[in-house]
Amino acid sequence: MKTRIKIQTAPFDLGPELEEMSQGAGALATFTGHVRGEDGIETLMLEHYPGMAEREIARHIDDAARRWPLLGVTVIHRVGELKPGERIVLVAVAASHRREAFAACEFLMDHLKTTAAFWKQEQRGTETRWVEAKASDDNAAKRWK
Amino acid sequence: MKLLYFAWVRQKIGKGEEDVKPPAGVATVRDLIRHLTALGPGYADAFADLSRLRAAVNQEHAGFDAPIGDDDEIAFFPPVTGG
Repeated sequence: MKTRIKIQTAPFDLGPELEEMSQGAGALATFTGHVRGEDGIETLMLEHYPGMAEREIARHIDDAARRWPLLGVTVIHRVGELKPGERIVLVAVAASHRREAFAACEFLMDHLKTTAAFWKQEQRGTETRWVEAKASDDNAAKRWK
Repeated sequence: MKLLYFAWVRQKIGKGEEDVKPPAGVATVRDLIRHLTALGPGYADAFADLSRLRAAVNQEHAGFDAPIGDDDEIAFFPPVTGG
């Protein structure tokens, strides 16, 4: 299985990322998260724990590969300063069939949300606020147990 | 022992990382928190509500009762909010 984990400040294009990893796969499922512009958010600052963030994502990819037969997984997560509409995260899973691709994509996203070492801070004008973790995200991850 | 702080924990303490040599008797994450809390108001504020705090030992999520040693990397942060 081909695995790619990238944490970067630069924006990413979907085309080249997905093109390469889906070669020869019967199915490709992707999730892309974007910065919402709601409530007057002007900037989203993303901070991470270098080293731990990558390790945690790698651990969940290993778990997913034990549950489903996968051909490739790519996870890209941006950090630094993002504006509304920009892509924050990509989880892409290549497999032979759609069912395992969909399931693994959702599994990875649920676990990334609840355990990967990233933190978001919203900025509105001169006001900043750290985003609080949501119980609904914890519950989403728990259903895979 | 290397300590790392993230998000509002970093802001309250006023630095992202530091090397410390805790006194003998600091054997768990909880012991370390107790030791750090006494170092100043920023630390006390960061560690005031443990229900809002998470920890990692050597880049793995850890409970407050996890054992720690001089060569470990310990991190403190709020519940994660990535994705």
